[in-house]
Amino acid sequence: MSTHPWIPNSSHETVKKMLETIGISSVEQLFKDIPPEARISQEKWMSLEIGKGRMLSELEAKRIIEEKLSKNKIFNPPPYMGGGVYPHYVPPLVKYILSRGEFLTAYTPYQAEISQGLMQAIFEYQSLMAELLQMEVVNASMYDWASAIAEALLMSVRVKKGRRKVVVPYNVNPFHFKVIETYLWPQGVRIERVRYDREKGSIDIEDLKSKVDSETAGVYLQYPNFFGVIENAKTVGEIVREKGALYITGVYPVSLGLLKAPGEVGADIAVGDGQPFGLGLNYGGPYLGIFAVRYDQNLIRQMPGRIIGLTTTQEGGQRAFAMILQAREQHIKREKATSNICTNEALAAIGVAVYLSLLGKTGLRKLAELNYYRAHYAASRFSEIGLNRVFSGEFFNEFAVSLNGFGKTYREVHKKLLDRGVHGGLYIGHLYPELGEASLWAFTELHFKTDIDKLVDLLKEILTGGG
Amino acid sequence: MFRQAKWSEPLIFELSVKGRRGFLVPEPEKEVKEKVGSIKLSEDMARTIDPDLPELSEVDVMRHFTRLTEMAYGVDNGPVPLGSCTMKYNPRIAWEVASDPRILGLHPLQDEDTVQGLLEMIYEMQKWLANITGMDYCSLHPAAGAHGELAGILLIRKYHELKGQIDKKTEIIVPDSAHGTNPASAAMGGFKVVEIPSNSDGNVDLEALKSVVGESTAGLMITNPSTLGLFEENILEIARLIHSVDGLLYYDGANLNGIMGYARPGDMGFDIAHLNVHKTFGAPHGGGGPGAGPVCIKDRVVDAEKNIRLSDLLPGYYVIYDEKTGKYRLKAPGENSIGFLKAFFGNITPLIWGYTYILMMGNEGLRKVTELAVLNTNYFMKLMENVKGYEIPYGKGRFRKHEVVLSAQPMMEELGVTAEDVAKGLLDAGFYAPTIYFPLIVKEALMTEFTETETIENIEKYAERLKEISRIAYQDPKEPKKWPVNTSVGRIDLVKANHPSTVTPTWRLHLKRVKGEIK
Repeated sequence: MSTHPWIPNSSHETVKKMLETIGISSVEQLFKDIPPEARISQEKWMSLEIGKGRMLSELEAKRIIEEKLSKNKIFNPPPYMGGGVYPHYVPPLVKYILSRGEFLTAYTPYQAEISQGLMQAIFEYQSLMAELLQMEVVNASMYDWASAIAEALLMSVRVKKGRRKVVVPYNVNPFHFKVIETYLWPQGVRIERVRYDREKGSIDIEDLKSKVDSETAGVYLQYPNFFGVIENAKTVGEIVREKGALYITGVYPVSLGLLKAPGEVGADIAVGDGQPFGLGLNYGGPYLGIFAVRYDQNLIRQMPGRIIGLTTTQEGGQRAFAMILQAREQHIKREKATSNICTNEALAAIGVAVYLSLLGKTGLRKLAELNYYRAHYAASRFSEIGLNRVFSGEFFNEFAVSLNGFGKTYREVHKKLLDRGVHGGLYIGHLYPELGEASLWAFTELHFKTDIDKLVDLLKEILTGGG
Repeated sequence: MFRQAKWSEPLIFELSVKGRRGFLVPEPEKEVKEKVGSIKLSEDMARTIDPDLPELSEVDVMRHFTRLTEMAYGVDNGPVPLGSCTMKYNPRIAWEVASDPRILGLHPLQDEDTVQGLLEMIYEMQKWLANITGMDYCSLHPAAGAHGELAGILLIRKYHELKGQIDKKTEIIVPDSAHGTNPASAAMGGFKVVEIPSNSDGNVDLEALKSVVGESTAGLMITNPSTLGLFEENILEIARLIHSVDGLLYYDGANLNGIMGYARPGDMGFDIAHLNVHKTFGAPHGGGGPGAGPVCIKDRVVDAEKNIRLSDLLPGYYVIYDEKTGKYRLKAPGENSIGFLKAFFGNITPLIWGYTYILMMGNEGLRKVTELAVLNTNYFMKLMENVKGYEIPYGKGRFRKHEVVLSAQPMMEELGVTAEDVAKGLLDAGFYAPTIYFPLIVKEALMTEFTETETIENIEKYAERLKEISRIAYQDPKEPKKWPVNTSVGRIDLVKANHPSTVTPTWRLHLKRVKGEIK
């Protein structure tokens, strides 16, 4: 193979022409300034395990990859799992638009005039998200929900100068909390945890009141929380504001078809994951970190991430889009930047824009209702076989149940479901040992009534039968 | 001749027609509704107003976004010679693999036994990347290059913490030619940033480096080849210096495309490296992401007594192979790890894209990639020698690696024509512009990188256009100020875009301002 399909100049004739123009006789000469001790010999390089050593044709590669993909198991219906990301329907139109090369293979739109379509699409993402969240300023995305929370908390420390503590309840997503810890540790910011109400599953308001004080820069609240329970985000907001801290809310955005938006409950910063809006599960990413603030110059100036803004052309005042407020960013501010985030999840943001445009005003409410109904149906069917909810608080489409009293571990039940081709919920007993054999179950538009009925029958058989 | 579409496309909100819908949500089943009854939510939390999302048919949405793509430009449209951004062809075979339902549909928390194929691919990728970089282990957890940098910086912090010396190890050294993310990452990691200058050869000024290296040096971040496209010739000496004060040497992998198969960070004395899968390994940039930024380490001893090594500090899950069961497993980070930087595994889509790219290239192909990328750069540099209006600063007589930085400083000084004007002139000819005004040490910089992707014909046309721009500028310096004219819109008002009284990041804010609700 002398000329590779992806390397057009690799033919002998072209290489020869270029070498002659440069005035050298071999390609190796271009690397002569690399000190010998820092070089790797061709022999050694060729002996390393990298791919199959040689170049492969697509046909050969496809055979190898097919063999691997066949070892992954796809469940239909998908796993009854949330935990921060959820199986939702991905409309083919979303995938199609994202596969268009003009979006897919573009770089960050440094040259505005030739990238207007890309920037308008990102501006539309920001604007659709602003409506959903009822917030005025949205950035062009963070990596995921967890990193967005971490950056929001860091931002609260920058905005509330001198305050070095943030407050995070125990009932927020523990996978998110681990990321918060990683980001806050080098800055020496103290994280104080707030208990949850063991009966309702929502945040312990008295404990919150005792922990938010004049040292607190930011308070984070997730609704629905990790247990799926809907918090009273309004009441919490009032407590936070009274102490002069920034109020950061995290939302599962599908629930906003039914629940009050962050802007309506008084949030200063709203975060979340756009994954449920037309992005795949992708075994952990790419997802989409939502990041929004209310309109306040002081907050806007401290925002991390890229933002696209509406403007006009210099001549003629034609509408146009541009990257704005770049003075906050690392390529200008360097070590004084608001964050180091550079490459974000722009394409995912466009996917979400396409999804929300399809769903529209009434679609979102209908989707949220469907998710609510399916989960509440499941919860009531679960209780018929003695699988009761751990918490009594109102929930959206996810809830915790307990196996305490069945004399079985969740692991055993899970294994038996898997043997029957069904992927159950998420074990959370190791994350919250006080709950015993608890697991978390999520239901979406992809889990139909017939699926839920089958699941309940299987669970009944497993829980009551010997085998 | 290049002409970009000019659609004056309305915003999606302006296209809305009441009552239209683009997606049918099924009704809940009758029995489901009956059993559940009505939706019960507390008054405090029930949404009372629907968000003002647009109402459109599927056809409307399709046409709108299709028109927007026609006003966008990627590698699929033509050359994108953005230096340090490494814009190469994104082979569609990798798209096909990455968007397969057997990857797209996997939940990150689903049972390990059900994702064995994916874990096997990740396991192989971990090994391949370690071999490519000459490092011992790679964690594929970070979501982007800067995220990988943050991971690297936190590794340095943890290293010194575990050694009980973090109180004195307070500084990270960064060359003045470094990417802006380097100092930003160092600051996020709680370090003070110390900048050192480059010398006229384009190398780090060793004397300046020696004068700042000391007790407080926690580490040094450097990219090699540098953002000038030059291989750092004193890298071994730099490594010795940093190690002599127990600092760690960090490799910014953004420019790896210029040395793959010829030199490896691990052999040059680097302790930590991040890679950009969305650069070096053919994953697309997606208009700004998603990316993937694996972080790799040399398995240095951190604490011999407690048997802690640098690999124990790596972030996120690591995939291991269990010989006994013949299965792949996720190894969770241990107590000495820096922890998680995102909620779940890494960014799988770009990683699988990179996996496919490396699988199909192999050792032989990756070396060829480097050779052709470097050959293209030097061919272009030759074409641009002694062109009026431009100069090529730093490292006179030296070959470049992945990129070359031109300067439009002469044109700027003589005519007032700037690098930005040159960039706009390139757009008009159907080329994307190079990275401009970077690195900061080059005035009126035009940082150009063709990668192995660009054809010789396009490189020649691109050079011709640069020469033409110079000719036009010297005839009439006012002409370039009118560019671009062939793109969807003309030059943009950035003052209005950024002014506090007119800054408009969302349509919602625009409408509020029109109504006088926000000033």
